[in-house]
Formats: sequence, structure tokens, C-alpha cells
Amino acid sequence: MFRNFAKKSRGEKTFTVLNYLFLSLLTVIIIYPFVYVVFASFSDPFEIMSTRGLLLKPKGFSLESYKVVFHNPNIWRGYLNTLFILVFGTGINILLTSFAAYALSRPDFRAGSKIMLLIVFTMMFNGGIIPTYILVRNIGLFNNLFALILPTAINTTNLIIMRTAFREIPDSLLEAAKMDGANDFQLLFKIVMPLSKATVAVMVLFYAVYHWNAWFNASLYLMKRELYPLQLILRDILIQNDTASMTVGTSTTDTAAVGQTIKYATIMVSTLPILCAYPFLQRFFVKGVMIGAVKE
Amino acid sequence: MVNKKTIKPRKSFGQRVKVELSRHKYLYLMLIPVALYYIIFLYVPMYGSIIAFKDYRPDLGILGSPWVGLKHFKDFFTSIYAWRVIRNTLQISLGTLLFGFPAPIILALLLNEIRSKMFKKSVQTLTYLPHFISTVVICSIILNFTATDGVINSIITALGFEPIQFMIREEWFQPIYIGTTIWQQVGWDSIIYIAALAGIDQQLYEACRIDGGGRLRQLLTVTLPGILPTIVVMLIMNAGKIMSIGYEKILLLYNSNTYETADIISSFVYRRGIVDMNYSFASAVGLFNSVINLILLVSVNRICRKMTDNSLW
Repeated sequence: MFRNFAKKSRGEKTFTVLNYLFLSLLTVIIIYPFVYVVFASFSDPFEIMSTRGLLLKPKGFSLESYKVVFHNPNIWRGYLNTLFILVFGTGINILLTSFAAYALSRPDFRAGSKIMLLIVFTMMFNGGIIPTYILVRNIGLFNNLFALILPTAINTTNLIIMRTAFREIPDSLLEAAKMDGANDFQLLFKIVMPLSKATVAVMVLFYAVYHWNAWFNASLYLMKRELYPLQLILRDILIQNDTASMTVGTSTTDTAAVGQTIKYATIMVSTLPILCAYPFLQRFFVKGVMIGAVKE
Repeated sequence: MVNKKTIKPRKSFGQRVKVELSRHKYLYLMLIPVALYYIIFLYVPMYGSIIAFKDYRPDLGILGSPWVGLKHFKDFFTSIYAWRVIRNTLQISLGTLLFGFPAPIILALLLNEIRSKMFKKSVQTLTYLPHFISTVVICSIILNFTATDGVINSIITALGFEPIQFMIREEWFQPIYIGTTIWQQVGWDSIIYIAALAGIDQQLYEACRIDGGGRLRQLLTVTLPGILPTIVVMLIMNAGKIMSIGYEKILLLYNSNTYETADIISSFVYRRGIVDMNYSFASAVGLFNSVINLILLVSVNRICRKMTDNSLW
């Protein structure tokens, strides 16, 4: 397959060079906004005020804005709330999704296909945001972090992905374990889940990233500020320019100047966990997309 | 064994239920929380959407509120907002489809021509990144870059042009929304095509080359036909989602200056329902949208099943 660059025709060479250039440029454009945020967050607040245009390195160097962010109790409480939602939310997600996926993947469970139909129907039609909002309010989940966990306990797309993976496990294996007296819970936790480790990992990641990034349900169901997850704190600081909540816990007088760099530092502090985990997890995500694409 | 008994015909319904339950008792046990979730959080709101035909008052409850028939639907369709939100929904989703659909295919095709594994991997990894960044952060970066004193405007003024107030000018909302959506998704959406390209039989390329086919001939006779089924399926699936763009990015980016071009059905439902607490009216608009989506999805799936052997369900 290997073909030498020198052997190529002139047109092909030009194309190859242009292709590399174009893709490099595209990548730079896609990634630059994030690079800008990194540079700006380390910049001197006063210098960046007078700076226009692209940043190729931090303007001056200051950790002032990080200090302000680290002293902001709202951010830390947001972190804690998000962690709570992430841990319990993902736990419930995985437990329920695997229960459903296992039960509905058993070939001898005839009722399964009918139940599946009822489940898939919810992907096509739903009551919509208002009736769901009224329901959550009526069952007393208002101002409760479980309002961000229970209404999204199962993602049907993920359920389908998991069910597909579970179906690939040879039935004879499960039959043999059944003969030895194992019940379905033991089959699921001792055989099926360990054998589909990669898929389960993908599911954990999909759900965890969802919980980390979610903000909308929190804005609907939480009124108390001390319950806000990180993303909702971020919305107040970044989108609604709530400078008061930006500089909580510090005595900065020049909020206008520090305001901009604080925003960038806040983005960094809140996105760092994803950025750090990203290179390692990326291949799992890709695998997840592929499993999802080749269902049935 | 208990199982043998089920083969015998003529059993009463109760007996059959009993046998079925005892046979799959653990499966049913597993499905109890699952059923509770789907019933409470998805089927109950479906029932709750009957408030679209009522004047819902929280103190009277869903059942006790008085029926008003199609009043809210009439109100919606005779208001000036109906056309505006439907038009914006269609413009934004069709625009995203028109520009956003070919982009990942082109990216995948260009990446496919790259021989350096390292370079290919780096481009892929970096272009997937925006997909994982939260909507709040993405939108704050957009607002920041498009601000009057933001990066884009400082480039514009450096080139000698007047600065543009992007986020307050109606005509800029949709291009910005569509452009940034492509920025977020192009890398991630290309995965499926890259996989399809990897699945093409290399012997076909060999054969084409032996026949004297250059790069372009290979592209037209091998590569494109090879990924055409994937393209068709993705196109049809995207077409099914035309009326269901999410409100998250809209809500974070729009403001009262840009409602004329930015307000879509779902953001309108949110504002009328949650903010103004017109629950019944907002439910009516939402129900209209859900029904359209259902019709679209069912027809799209039917087309998809007919044309290929792949379908959503």
C-alpha cells in the first residue's frame, strides 16, 4: 500500500500539500477559542483590557483571577453539588439502564419486545417540557438535587446501545450458569457486565459527561442558590454577567477590570476536569458512537 | 420442570400470568424500577399534556381544570408569533442541515487522503473537543468573541471596517448559531463517515488504480459509492429532526433584540410556560410541535427502511 511521495504526479503532490495545510488551518480555527481562553485566563487583568485581537501568548502574567475564582465559595459549592449529581446520577443511570438492557436482551423473555415498543415510543413522542415541569413540581422534587437525577434516570438511546452489546454474549454461556443455579441478578452482575466492560465504560462516560455539562433542568427545578450545580453558577457568571457572584469572597475593588479575566479563569477551573480526562477517554467515546451506529 | 407445563394448551389467563411471572420473576423484578421511571417521567407527562385543551390552574389540578377545547391552539395560530417561531425553527434547522451536513463528510474525505497516522489522529482528537465542552461554556465563548470589543470585532476594525454588534443585530443570529453549531459538531459527526471509509474494501482501490484511475476517479467510483448508504441514512435521520432543535443554545444566546430571528418553537414554549406561567397555552404549542415531530419521525423511518435495511427502530 505504501506509495512514495516522489512517485506521485504533480497534481497529487499539490493536493496532498494543500490538504495538509487546509486540515491544519481548520484544526487551529476549531481549537483556537479554547487556546485564547487559556491565555487570557493567565493574563494580567489590566493589560488584557487594552489588548485587542488574537492572543498568541498570555498578556503579562497574573494568577490574580485564579485567586479570585478559588476564593469564590459558590464555585466550590457548585463543584460539590455537581459531584453529588454525577456520582448518584451516573450510578442510578447505569443500574437502571443495565437492568432494562439485560431483561430486554433475553431471547426467551417474550414480553420483552412489547415492553421495548412502549419504551421506544417515548423517543418519538413525549409530553414536552411543561407537563414534565408540572409533574416534577407536583411530586415534590422542587429544590431537590434528585430532580436532576430521577427524571433522566434512563436515556433510551443508551439503553438500546447496551441492549445490543448484551445480545452479543453467547446464550450458551448464560444457560450454563443458569444450570448451575445462578439467578438473573447474578448473571447480569457476574457474567454479562464483566463481559461487556467496554460498553459499560462508554455508558458511564456518556452519562457522566451529560451530568457534568447539564444546566437546564437545574435552572427549572432549583430555586435555592446553594443547590446550584457548577454549570448554573457558570451561567450566572459567564452569560448573565453577575459580577457580584463572580467576586464573592474577595476584596477586589476593580471588578470591571478583573471581570473579564475572572470569566476566563472560571471557564478553566470548571472545564479542566473534562480537558484532563479527555485524551484518555476519547477513544471510548468513539467506540460508543460506533456501537450506537450499528445497532440491530 | 415448571417450563414443561406452559406447553399445555387451555390455561386460564390468571394461571398463565402466574406461570410467566414465576418463570421470569427476576427479570420482572429488574423491570419494576425501569417501568416506574418510564411511567412516571414519560407516560404521566404525556397524559399531562391534555392541559393543552384545558385552562390549567395549579390549585384545581390537571383533572379539575375546566376544558376549553382548541382555544389555546387558535390563540397560537392567530398570534403573530406562530409564523415567526415556526419560520425560525425551520430556517435554523434547514440552515444547519444545508451547511452542517456536508461539512463532516468533506472532513472525513480529506482525512481519508492523509497518510500520516499521527497527523490524522491529532486532527481527529482536536476537532472532537468542542463536542465535550458544556453548552454554557461554549455560549460564553461565543458571546465573548462576538462582543463589540471582542476578538472578531477587533479583527474587523483592524482591517478598517466598522465594528458589528453581532448579538443585537437580528440578521446575525442565525449565521452565528449555524456557524458555531458546525464548529461544535463537525469533528464528532465525521466519526461515522471515517468508520464507513475505513470499511471500504482496499481491493476496489487497487482495481481502480490498475485500470488507470487517478485520485479523482477513485473518489468518484470507489469512495463515494462506498459511503453513500451511510450518507443516505444520516441525511434521512437528520431530516426527521427538523422541527426539534433544542432550546439550550438558543436560550443562552438570544435576547429580546434578536427574538425576531432567534425565537424558535421550543424557546417560545419555555418563555410562555415557565417564565410567564401560561402552562396551558405553552403546552398547546409544545403538543403541536411533538405531534409534528412524531409524524416526521415515523415517515422518515418508513422511507429509511424502504431505501436501506437500516432503521431507527
